[in-house]
Amino acid sequence: MKVSFTSEQLQEVQRLVSRYPEGREKSALIPVLHLAQDTFGGWLSTDVMDYVASLLQLKPIEVYEVASFYSMFNLSPVGKHLLEVCQTGPCMLNGSESIVEYIYVRLGIRPGETTTDGQFTLKTVECLGACGYAPMLQLGEHYKEHLTKEKIDALIESCYAKSAALN
Amino acid sequence: MGRKLLLEKAHVENIRSYEVYRREGGYRSVEKALKTLSPDQVTEEVKKSGLRGRGGAGFPTGMKWSFLAKPEGVPRYLVVNADESEPGTFKDRYLMEFIPHLLIEGMITSSYALGSNRSYIYIRGEYAWITHILEQAIDEARQHGWLGKNILGSGFDCEIYVQRGAGAYICGEETALLESLEGKRGNPRIKPPFPAVKGLWGCPTVVNNVETVAALVPIINEGGEEYAKIGIGKSTGTKLISACGNINKPGVYEIDMTISVEEFIYSDEYCGGIPQGKKLKACIPGGSSVPILPANLLLKTAKGETRMMNYESLADGGFASGSMMGSGGFIVMDDSQCVVRHTYTLARFYRHESCGQCSPCREGTGWMEKILWNIETGKGRSSDIDLLWDIQRKIEGNTICPLGDAAAWPVAAAIRHFRDEFEWHVSHPEEAQKRNYGLAHYADPLTVPVA
Repeated sequence: MKVSFTSEQLQEVQRLVSRYPEGREKSALIPVLHLAQDTFGGWLSTDVMDYVASLLQLKPIEVYEVASFYSMFNLSPVGKHLLEVCQTGPCMLNGSESIVEYIYVRLGIRPGETTTDGQFTLKTVECLGACGYAPMLQLGEHYKEHLTKEKIDALIESCYAKSAALN
Repeated sequence: MGRKLLLEKAHVENIRSYEVYRREGGYRSVEKALKTLSPDQVTEEVKKSGLRGRGGAGFPTGMKWSFLAKPEGVPRYLVVNADESEPGTFKDRYLMEFIPHLLIEGMITSSYALGSNRSYIYIRGEYAWITHILEQAIDEARQHGWLGKNILGSGFDCEIYVQRGAGAYICGEETALLESLEGKRGNPRIKPPFPAVKGLWGCPTVVNNVETVAALVPIINEGGEEYAKIGIGKSTGTKLISACGNINKPGVYEIDMTISVEEFIYSDEYCGGIPQGKKLKACIPGGSSVPILPANLLLKTAKGETRMMNYESLADGGFASGSMMGSGGFIVMDDSQCVVRHTYTLARFYRHESCGQCSPCREGTGWMEKILWNIETGKGRSSDIDLLWDIQRKIEGNTICPLGDAAAWPVAAAIRHFRDEFEWHVSHPEEAQKRNYGLAHYADPLTVPVA
C-alpha cells in the first residue's frame, strides 16, 4: 500500500509547520504523527514513519525514536476500537481492576490483546487526569468516566454498531 | 464560602464562548495591562501578588519571570505547561475545558510582560477534545483583536498555538516539555542552563502552569497587593484543588487557603465526607509524588495544631510528619484501602514514566515496583522493606530531573508512616490476600510531646 496523505491533510501539515519559526519544522513531528496514526489505521508502521520523515525532511531514526518514546503512539496494529483503561492509584481506589476484569469477561481479552475479529484492543494505561471521575477509560478522543458494568456493556454495543454502520 | 477568583464564572451558561466571557468582564486585564502598564510593571504586580507556581513546586512566579534573560534581537517565549499528568491532578483540565478564555487572557498579559510574541500551550496528548476547545478560543480571541499584530494599538504582537503531546508524564518537567515541543523524545535537560536563559530552541523561555497563568487575570484586575491579601502568609490568592479517591463529592474546588484539611474533607461545600460511613485512613494531599499521611497526621500537625490547606501548614513537620501542597491533587483513602497496593500502583506509574536517562531512576523504579508487588501478593520477605527504603534513598537526589524524587517520596512516606502494614503483609501473607489491614491505629490521637 502506498502511504500518502490527501491534499487536505497535506495542507494541515503545512498549517502545523507554520506554527513554528523558520528552520524549526521538526517541532511539527508529534502533531503530524498524531495525524498519521489517525489516518493510517490507528498505528504507525515503518512505512508510515518513513513517509512522515520525508514530509518533514527528517532522518527516519528521528521519527522512530520519538514514536517509540510516547505511549499514545502504537507501533503495532490495534483493533478498530482501542479501550485504554486507567489503572493508576486514584482509579484503583475506585475499582479500575474490576473494569479490566469485566472487559475480559465480555470480550475475552487481557491487556495488550486484540479480539480475534479485530474489533477491540485492550490496553491498561497510567493516569489520564480523570481521577475525580474514576474508574475511566479512553476510547479514541473521548473519555468514558464513572464506569460501571452497564456502561461497559453499552459502550461495547455502540462500538459494534459503529463498525456495522461503516461496513 | 471562600472567595473565588478563577472559577467564579465557570458555571455561567456558555462561558466557554467569547461573547459570554467578554460580557462577564473577560479580557479587562489585557486592556488594563496593555494600555496602562509597562511589561515591567506587570511583572511587578506579579511579584507583589506573592503568586507561587501552581504546577507543584510552588516557586514564586514573579521571581521566575525576573530571571528571564533579555539579550537584544533574540526572541523570548512563554510556554504554558498543560501536560497535567500527576496522578490525582485534574484541575487544569477543568479550567481549560470550562473557561478556556481565562487561560488565553492570562497568556496574553503574561506574554506582554515577558516579551513573547509567539507563545505555546503544551497540552497532554490525551486531552484531545480540550485542544479543540482551546483552538476555538484562540480563534475567537484573534477575531476580536486580542491576538495578532499591534494588539489594542500597543505595538505588541502575539500569537498563541496549542501543541499536543503524546502520552508522557515526564513532559510535565519543564526541560523535557521543551524537548518534546522541539519534536524530540521527552528527555529532561541538565540544568543549568535554565530555560530562562536557554529554553525553547535555545532562546530564553518561561514555562508556567495553566493555573499560574490564569491567575494573572485577577492579579492585574485587582492589583498585586489586593491579591496578596487573600489567603494567609506566603500562601496568597486562591488554589485549585482536585479532590478524588474515597470521598462523596470528587471534583475541582477553588479554595482561599484559609480552611482546614478537616473542613475540606468533611464539609458539604467541598468533598462532603467519606462514603458508606467508612473512616478516613490516609491522604496524599498534593498529587501522587508528595508524601502520604495517615489520618492523625493529616488533620493535625505533630505539634497538635490544626492542619490547614495551604503551602506552609501542609509542609509543617517536613517529610518526617508533613507533606506538600504540590499540584493540589488531593487523594483520599478510606479504611478499606490497602496502602501497599496503592503504593504499588504509584511505583508502577513512575517505572512506566521514567525516561530512562539516569540509572538510579530507570532501574530503581522497576525494582521498587517488583518488590512492592511481591509484598502485596504474599511473596515478600521482611528484608524487602529495608531494601525498598534503601532503593528510594539511592534514587532521591541522584537524577537529572525531579522524577527520581517524585518516585522515591511516595515509597518512603508509605514505609515511614505505614511500616506495620508492610510488615503485616510479610508476616501474614495468606491473610493479606483475603483482607486488608484496615484502619489500625492510623487515626488514633497522637501524643503531643511536652515542650
